Amino acid sequence: MEKTHSEKTMTLTLKVWRQEPGQTGGFQTYEAPGISEDMSFLEMLDVVNERLIEDGTPPIVFESDCREGICGTCNLMIDGRAHGPEKATATCQLHMRSYNDGDHITIEPWRAASFPIIRDLAVDRSPLDAIQEAGGYITAPTGSASDANLTPVPKPAADAAMDAAACIGCGACVAACPNSAAQLFTAAKVMHMNLLPQGQAERWQRTENMVETMEEYFGSCTNHGECHEACPKEISLDFIAMMNKDYVKSKIKNRKLSGQG
Amino acid sequence: MSGYSDVLDSKVPDGPIADKWTNHKFDMKLVNPANKRKFEVIVVGTGLAGASAAATMGELGYKVKAFTFHDSPRRAHSIAAQGGINAAKNYQNDGDSVHRLFYDTVKGGDYRSREANVHRLAEVSVNIIDQAAAQGVPFAREYGGLLANRSFGGAQVSRTFYARGQTGQQLLLGAYSALMRQVNEGGVELFNRQEMLELVTKDGEACGIVCRDLITGEISTHSAHAVVLATGGYGNVYYLSTNAMMCNTTATWRAHRKGAFFANPCYTQIHPTCIPSSDPFQSKLTLMSESLRNDGRIWVPNNFDETRAAADIPEDERDYYLERKYPAFGNLVPRDVASRNAKTVVDAGKGVGSLKNGVYLDFAAAIARDGEDTIRAKYGNLFDMYQRITGENPYKQPMRIYPATHYTMGGLWVDYHLSTTIPGCYAIGEANFSDHGANRLGASALMQGLADGYFVLPYTIGNYLAEKLGSAPVPTSDPVFAEAQADVTDRTNRWLSINGTKSVDHYHRELGKLVWDYIGMERDKNGLEKAISEISSLEEEFHKNVRVLGSADTLNQSLEKAGRVADFFGLAKVKARDALVREESAGGHFRSEHQTEEGEAKRDDENFKHVTAWEWTGEDSAQNEHREELTFDTVPLTQRSYK
Ligand SMILES: Cc1cc2nc3c(=O)[nH]c(=O)nc-3n(C[C@H](O)[C@H](O)[C@H](O)COP(=O)(O)OP(=O)(O)OC[C@H]3O[C@@H](n4cnc5c(N)ncnc54)[C@H](O)[C@@H]3O)c2cc1C
Ligand code: SF4
Ligand code: FES
Repeated sequence: MEKTHSEKTMTLTLKVWRQEPGQTGGFQTYEAPGISEDMSFLEMLDVVNERLIEDGTPPIVFESDCREGICGTCNLMIDGRAHGPEKATATCQLHMRSYNDGDHITIEPWRAASFPIIRDLAVDRSPLDAIQEAGGYITAPTGSASDANLTPVPKPAADAAMDAAACIGCGACVAACPNSAAQLFTAAKVMHMNLLPQGQAERWQRTENMVETMEEYFGSCTNHGECHEACPKEISLDFIAMMNKDYVKSKIKNRKLSGQG
Repeated sequence: MSGYSDVLDSKVPDGPIADKWTNHKFDMKLVNPANKRKFEVIVVGTGLAGASAAATMGELGYKVKAFTFHDSPRRAHSIAAQGGINAAKNYQNDGDSVHRLFYDTVKGGDYRSREANVHRLAEVSVNIIDQAAAQGVPFAREYGGLLANRSFGGAQVSRTFYARGQTGQQLLLGAYSALMRQVNEGGVELFNRQEMLELVTKDGEACGIVCRDLITGEISTHSAHAVVLATGGYGNVYYLSTNAMMCNTTATWRAHRKGAFFANPCYTQIHPTCIPSSDPFQSKLTLMSESLRNDGRIWVPNNFDETRAAADIPEDERDYYLERKYPAFGNLVPRDVASRNAKTVVDAGKGVGSLKNGVYLDFAAAIARDGEDTIRAKYGNLFDMYQRITGENPYKQPMRIYPATHYTMGGLWVDYHLSTTIPGCYAIGEANFSDHGANRLGASALMQGLADGYFVLPYTIGNYLAEKLGSAPVPTSDPVFAEAQADVTDRTNRWLSINGTKSVDHYHRELGKLVWDYIGMERDKNGLEKAISEISSLEEEFHKNVRVLGSADTLNQSLEKAGRVADFFGLAKVKARDALVREESAGGHFRSEHQTEEGEAKRDDENFKHVTAWEWTGEDSAQNEHREELTFDTVPLTQRSYK
């Protein structure tokens, strides 16, 4: 028999981190009965919230927007794993068929010093934008561009840049890292541009500025590789190696460029 | 009829269509670089339209303040666009041109858009690709390193540029990086997690906004010489749509209530290939790329109470209804035709899946013909995505699909300058109504958002600002700001004090059902009249019985949603009225009373070749109807036929 929609429902026990602004948080336990396996994980939480509201309890705060794995807004630590048990899957793409009736699930926010908790499961990830602001761009003011086909981009370079650019900025890499390092995110952003011909003029400046801004906010990388395991877009660790190489070079090049070397 | 159009001046420049924009740019007043710094501009929204506009105006030297309710500009709904972006580059040498893109867009919009705007869009489309490529957008490339194209949405030329299945993401990252460069250089001040809840006007001109800080609840006021709304579409009035969860109409609706006319709210695009809903708590619908229709065959069983698995249903008991009704185009008929036909068979009780709410999109024939590997190479990602969501393997059994709300062609009425009917208030991107008429072609929304933001608004706004030289923005100490701020605070407190019994989501779902049933793929007079009265009663109940817990001085998602749903109610009512007065079928608006004998949309060019724009007249009276007559001097009017 082929499978079409199932009527199977399950009852789950959720241990959810709840925290009011300015206070210390703690776990609360909620029953979640009548959950269909076709629901997404976040729809399961919607249902729980609907019941909480009926009972007069403020709903659990968690963030999401696109619910299709592309905006990077959703961010839950599920049973100790950033984005939950499925590989290459953002929280919003996780479905309840990954779970069984009677399961206990622990749901926490991203934990990292640089991602302070706002409320319950919502955290502040703005340091990631600070890294981008420090140099994650190619200076090309509107109107200044010449015809796009005047700069051929070798297909392998375009493909590799795209592999890096697929990062959705969710911060799971930081949350999964024992040191709360943001190497994978930063490497994805740096290498997206460093790999392209268009990105060469500012390559060394960009690398130095972005890496050093990252270091202001985040811990240091000791090559655990947990980031890659948690990454919903499977961003390759190779980009970290490339960025590190570019960083070393940038220290020399930038000094030379500024006439000090 | 002429009585309708007296107040709407589209400000379309004179001259031949192909010269209008060039001449107009020359005729516009310029602001010299030293003076630009004296002008402050607020941009609300940092999707493709807003980010590109804010970055470009920052580069030009204006003092820009950019607002978004997201935690980062790069999370805007634009990020989800998959398929691609059109541009009349003619890199494939297949006969494309600015004129052809212009022509296709006017025709695709079923002759309900403004020719001059569409021509300008086609003209600047080529600059968008240059701009994005220079920013490092990793577009797909050929082996020689030149840009690759594909044909999209039934176009006869290959003019769509793409970055894997993530074109929106990559274009947004490009615009976002330009924006962040300006933030770094001080040209743009960025306000994240700030929701605009009111437009402020003084003496009929826009002078600022009121925002709520979503983290602290603080209500703040901001003034400027001009306000640009780039706040996206209103598809979530249907509750279920392919739009991101937070997309809403509040910014545009608040502007509407302050005097901005709302144009063509009845035009909504329903995308034919989405995954059907699986349970009552479905929160959004996922789009499956239209390209699947190139190889998938659409069918339903002949039997009403079919219980067999798809593979066990013999060929002669299947109805390949699109191939049967439209032998020339078959499964590739345009979006609206495919959608409406799916509705017809599902309404007739032939739907598939346990909820009987879908139709099959079957790849068995394509797999038998080309082999599973070929199909995997073409659609592997999409098949995986489908399986992840439904738990079903589309290599082994047909996909189930059903139409879903996808894009809103209607929006704030704007003139050729992209100015709303409130001087100083501009609308760009999906938030305006401008370029797609009654139906948008695939890969044209990204194009329009970026055209508006990079290449149109930054010019046209100068024309307005030049006149303001020497005058400071209205200070936020002016009583108009205090009044607007008090309105916002009152509304916020009102939601919290109702303390009824049902959640905001409950009302949003119920509203969505009404809008989908009565103002969805097919509308008729009876249904629309019902819609107006049922939406009004539901709205009344909402205002009496909604339950918003918690407080106003912290992150409170129910409170945010309450305001958005309240505004959706207002929009839904005018949408129904708009659909009611448009006694014809055009593009995404299908009135069952107005169809050809073959069941196709039947336009009435004699009586409805106009834009309908609604003017707010107060809480207790229905909006006034205005009309902008459209002229088709360049593209001759024809009736579509896909037989
Ligand atoms: C699944 C999907 C796929 C698509 N694929 C394609 C495609 O392949 N090609 C194509 O051309 N088009 C596609 N589209 C359509 C296209 O993506 C959108 O029309 C377009 O991106 C809209 O851009 P925008 O800048 O106008 O608005 P948005 O990207 O929606 O941005 C709105 C911005 O406004 C902000 N905002 C809104 N209200 C407020 C407020 N009150 N206060 C503060 N900030 C506010 C938001 O934070 C956000 O920054 C697709 C759409 C969907 C849903
Ligand atoms: S690298 Fe991966 S885990 Fe880190 S922010 Fe990007 S997508 Fe998320
Ligand atoms: S909600 Fe957008 S990635 Fe999960």
